[in-house]
Amino acid sequence: MKPAAFEYSRPADIDEACAMLAADDGARVIAGGQTLVPLMAMRLARPTRLIDIARIPGLAYVRDEGAVIAIGATTKQHVVENDPLVRAKLPLLAKALPYVGHDATRARGTIGGSLANGDHAAEIVLVAVTLGATLVFREGGANREIAASDFFLGPMVTALPQGACLIEVRFPVWSEPRVGVAFHEVNARQSDFAFVSAAAQIAVDPNGTIMRAAVGIGAVAATPLRLDNVIEELLSDGKREPAIRESLQRALAEIEPMGDLHATADYRRRVAVTLGVRAIGDAYRAAMKRA
Amino acid sequence: MKVELDINRQKHTVDVEPRVSLLDCLRERLLLTGAHAGCEHGVCGACTVLIDGTAVRSCLMFAVQADGYAITTIEGISPGPGELSILQDAFCETHGMQCGYCTPAMVLAAHALLSRNPQPTREEIVDAISGNICRCTGYAQIVEAIALAAERMRGQNIKADQP
Repeated sequence: MKPAAFEYSRPADIDEACAMLAADDGARVIAGGQTLVPLMAMRLARPTRLIDIARIPGLAYVRDEGAVIAIGATTKQHVVENDPLVRAKLPLLAKALPYVGHDATRARGTIGGSLANGDHAAEIVLVAVTLGATLVFREGGANREIAASDFFLGPMVTALPQGACLIEVRFPVWSEPRVGVAFHEVNARQSDFAFVSAAAQIAVDPNGTIMRAAVGIGAVAATPLRLDNVIEELLSDGKREPAIRESLQRALAEIEPMGDLHATADYRRRVAVTLGVRAIGDAYRAAMKRA
Repeated sequence: MKVELDINRQKHTVDVEPRVSLLDCLRERLLLTGAHAGCEHGVCGACTVLIDGTAVRSCLMFAVQADGYAITTIEGISPGPGELSILQDAFCETHGMQCGYCTPAMVLAAHALLSRNPQPTREEIVDAISGNICRCTGYAQIVEAIALAAERMRGQNIKADQP
């Protein structure tokens, strides 16, 4: 469990980090290292150079921009988890973060690191896809944006070009007064990798009619699934449980879940439906309580 | 690479390869063997140390990343040579250890908890040590030890950052 040898650099700013990345195909960015270092210890990753961006100034923040909460890439997960702004305006992210590792790993792990690694079972990745977040990366001295739904291509595979560095994630804030959220997960033990996770955020009007909904399922397919069909049917058909269950079953019938030693493909599909129904129901009830 | 580390309020300069974890640096270079090597990939928690008062895994951090932080290991917890902290004493009293392998990390995780939350519920204690594995499965007495230490520290009105 010892990583292979590598070079270590600590660039002064993000453009220097990008230049170092562009100059070496084997270089990887490290911030908190809570995903990368275990991979290196198991020699699943053998970077030639680690480019440490953790102390580059101005990359750790939670900023209120009205319709958007912008979070800097090197913001620690436990900082985001305890941020009053995130709790108030991004309740789904606040709900999901306690599932990310343990206290001791969230103390070092960063929001941007989780996104840039793009683990298909990562909770932050699921929330970004479910809410339709935008990722901002730096490349060639300019900032570029990409939708979360276009960013994640497969397990630990993203659209981030070599020579680019993630700098910010922008989560849309829902302005409706009655918003409820829910997050559910099945795993082997508290804070271990998800076998299946489900996230839901629902806004209702005073009569209980669903105005807006977002539903996502993680860890089942190669990337998190945002279930657009289910959302459409939720909006048109109200909130009856049998209809929601059927809609989830139809949506999940089209995908081929990944099976492994811990959970078969069939199991994941079945649990995804159950957790999806539960998350939608809980999010709806939570929204109704905010009358 | 040369790196200056602040460990238990003492400065140490070490020359290490970048691939040396903070854990291996503590154990092999500085002979601070209280941080234990268990899984060495962030699962077991045996290597826990405090970085600026927060519990982190020293196997998931390279020594070259650790300059400028106040690092506390189990060796820095006792109030003086031959003495035990209130937390360590509570672990002895409730039999909060069996083989002892997980114990330094459990004490440090508990230390971090009690310095930010002097009155934790049982659930909060369990959550705080949920990243630390005890393969003797002596969790009940460990939870008891932390609750006892919390109670004593409240009684003694000791400053929160010095459990």
